[in-house]
Amino acid sequence: MNNKKASNYIQDLGALIALVLLVLIIGAISPEFRTVSNFLSLLRQSSINGFIAFGMTCVILTGGIDLSVGSVLALTTAFCASFISGGMPVGLAMILALLIGVAFGLLSGLLVTKGRLQPFIATLITMTVYRGLTMIFMDGKPISNLGDSFLLKLVGKGNLFGIPIPVILFLIVFAIFVFVLEKTTFGRRIYATGSNWKSAKLAGVNIDMTKMAAYAISGCMAAVSGLILLSRLGSAQPTLGDGYELDAIAAVALGGTSMNGGRGRIWKTFVGVLIIAVLNNGLNILGVSSYYQDVVKGFVILVAVMSDQKR
Amino acid sequence: MQIEMRGIDKSFGGNAVLKSAGFLLDHGEIHALMGENGAGKSTLMKILTGVYTKDAGTVLVDGQEVCYKNPQEAEQAGIVFIHQELNVLFDLTVEENMFLGKEIKKSFGICDKKAMRHEVRKILDRLGVDIDPGQRMNELSVGQQQMIEIAKALMVDAQVIIMDEPTAALTQSETTVLFQVVNSLREKGVSIVYISHRMEEIFELCDRITILRDGSYIGTKKIKETDMNDVVKMMIGREIGERYPAREAKIGEVVFEVKGLTCPGVFENVSFQVHAGEVLGVSGLMGAGRTEIMQAIFGNMPNVSGEIYLNGARIQNKNPQEAMKNGIGFITEDRKVEGLMLEESIMKNISIANLGKISKSGILSKESEDALVKRGIEELHIKCFGPQHECNNLSGGNQQKVVFAKWIYTDPKVLILDEPTRGVDIGAKKEIYSIINELAEKGVAIIMVSSELPEVLGMSDRVMVVREGVLRGILHKEEANQENIMILATGGELNE
Ligand SMILES: Nc1ncnc2c1ncn2[C@@H]1O[C@H](COP(=O)(O)OP(=O)(O)OP(=O)(O)O)[C@@H](O)[C@H]1O
Ligand SMILES: [Mg+2]
Repeated sequence: MNNKKASNYIQDLGALIALVLLVLIIGAISPEFRTVSNFLSLLRQSSINGFIAFGMTCVILTGGIDLSVGSVLALTTAFCASFISGGMPVGLAMILALLIGVAFGLLSGLLVTKGRLQPFIATLITMTVYRGLTMIFMDGKPISNLGDSFLLKLVGKGNLFGIPIPVILFLIVFAIFVFVLEKTTFGRRIYATGSNWKSAKLAGVNIDMTKMAAYAISGCMAAVSGLILLSRLGSAQPTLGDGYELDAIAAVALGGTSMNGGRGRIWKTFVGVLIIAVLNNGLNILGVSSYYQDVVKGFVILVAVMSDQKR
Repeated sequence: MQIEMRGIDKSFGGNAVLKSAGFLLDHGEIHALMGENGAGKSTLMKILTGVYTKDAGTVLVDGQEVCYKNPQEAEQAGIVFIHQELNVLFDLTVEENMFLGKEIKKSFGICDKKAMRHEVRKILDRLGVDIDPGQRMNELSVGQQQMIEIAKALMVDAQVIIMDEPTAALTQSETTVLFQVVNSLREKGVSIVYISHRMEEIFELCDRITILRDGSYIGTKKIKETDMNDVVKMMIGREIGERYPAREAKIGEVVFEVKGLTCPGVFENVSFQVHAGEVLGVSGLMGAGRTEIMQAIFGNMPNVSGEIYLNGARIQNKNPQEAMKNGIGFITEDRKVEGLMLEESIMKNISIANLGKISKSGILSKESEDALVKRGIEELHIKCFGPQHECNNLSGGNQQKVVFAKWIYTDPKVLILDEPTRGVDIGAKKEIYSIINELAEKGVAIIMVSSELPEVLGMSDRVMVVREGVLRGILHKEEANQENIMILATGGELNE
């Protein structure tokens, strides 16, 4: 038993070990990397992908995938920006944006459950349509006359005790996800749906509702990321969030979550998010050209995922 | 071919599963391997056929020491293993499954469909099963899938065939055919290892019997020189007494009633009642539609019409959740596909059907979950390393107990059991029967589908017989016997 446990343990910690190694190596080469302020900005950068990756984890745990997150992000920020520039109170506009994110997620979920489409196809459709709608809605142009609301600036640029607000939000959301997935009946249903939906269904789990909830969460998280980007950039762009689904999926995969559903842990996704952030940030600081960066990133994912499959 | 296994040890992650196990298989004999759930029967056979590697011990085939590295090697040496858990590709056809990796080819690697179809027909005929070779595997019942597995083994020119609970999913008549086939194989000098928990079968079919307990070799007996009590004593180390414990349930009012339940093309106009504290047995041949009727009652079949009443009030079970809310529990026949999340722990599997019970406003209570799971493991004597044991790594019978544990704590008013003791050992069966009795004594109405006639007869107050989707009759305890049931199940009439 001890042997088995020990090897499982190492396997469990594989991604974490990779993260520590990366930090040590890049830190050893670059003094610029190993400063507190760089770590804080690294964390802040990672939060954008982090929110999306948490939502993505839920969807993948149910055995699905959500390709639409980048488009949902763009469309919700577009709405939010136009609400604000139209004079709506910023707080209300943000809440509305989150709700709209939920609605867009639900729509993907409906296509998957009631529409019986493969998650990949369903969200490929919503991804394309939402992106198109964003373009139509914004007429291809950014929306930037957002005034200077304190709240809007706070979300993306603010600090509390020297820690960026996005990082604090990231940690809070992380804690909520850990709680929901590990300690609630809803979390159990998510895992059960992905593990064996037939068995779960016969045990009284509402499969369709569970899946829809997962997509709704994913949509909402994409909207959260969007709000932070909106605050940081001070404007909404029609191409915002393009390709973000890939980083999110990569983070989930790095965390060892099974793409077939049913297996995975949210803290590992958290580690996966950090690995990607360290790579992005570190390779930039080291002056690696962006073409090479992608190759290195792909390689790290390959190594991490392969080491995870050894059983 | 003669096989001797001696002093075999095997442990998984530090847990010893086999401790000096072994047996001797003679040329042309049918050798039964018996032992409780988790005794190590399947593991021993997996070691012989190269699925697992042994930690210690010797395997001799015709006096030569061998160590097959994988099942293919064993098969080439003439040893075929029909696994306990079905090994089929559900999306392929019967034919494709049977010829997987052994396709008959014309030139240029093109499959010779005609030759293959011919071959498949020949073997299926020999087994007396009426299955279209072009049908997809997932359209077949578990029993039919099992027959295909057996057919697959017959295709190979084997000298030793290992059958790990081949009849667990078969009914009486399929079993009879299988026995004929097995007997004729023996006459040709083929040796058979036969693993089963069905005592009657062992005594009907086998020549010798070897018993394992807790992974150790206990002894080998000639069937003629032993009896059931003896075997049970060797298996579990004590006597178990009456196999079907007496029930003191008072049979009360009608609790549950089904009227005119119909699913076009599957079953028609099924009506019956179940009383509080009653066990209604359901018998019939493979593919008679028993499982489908139960699935329909539980809201897990499309296109069903008819009426269902609980305590006189009409209920609608549009899906399993509603059925559960209405107080119906359902233990499915297929633990691998529907019964369990195989990759999850025992704990998560038991919990999932009891989420309401172990949580408050959606938040799980670790204490009540631990307590519930501990109770399940203890009451059903699930042999495992603990609540976190992954179901994949449990022995077949213990997996079945986990499915059982999922449901008995949901406080159902009506409990539907579809093959509740499939693959369960004789001691554990008795435990399950006692639990069924306890539930009945508490007033639960129980519907028990079973292909094991002795079980139906031993446990039921009444027996309902289904044939080709039609209810042929309901027999009272006094008139329920093997003969009457078989007559109804095969389409005959009972003369008054
Ligand atoms: N791959 C595995 N990893 C860990 N434990 C295992 C594994 N395979 C089997 N075991 C354990 O080994 C023991 C023996 O299992 P085995 O399947 O051989 O029992 P069995 O005698 O065939 O029982 P049954 O009658 O229920 O089929 C069980 O306790 C089981 O939990
Ligand atoms: Mg077994």
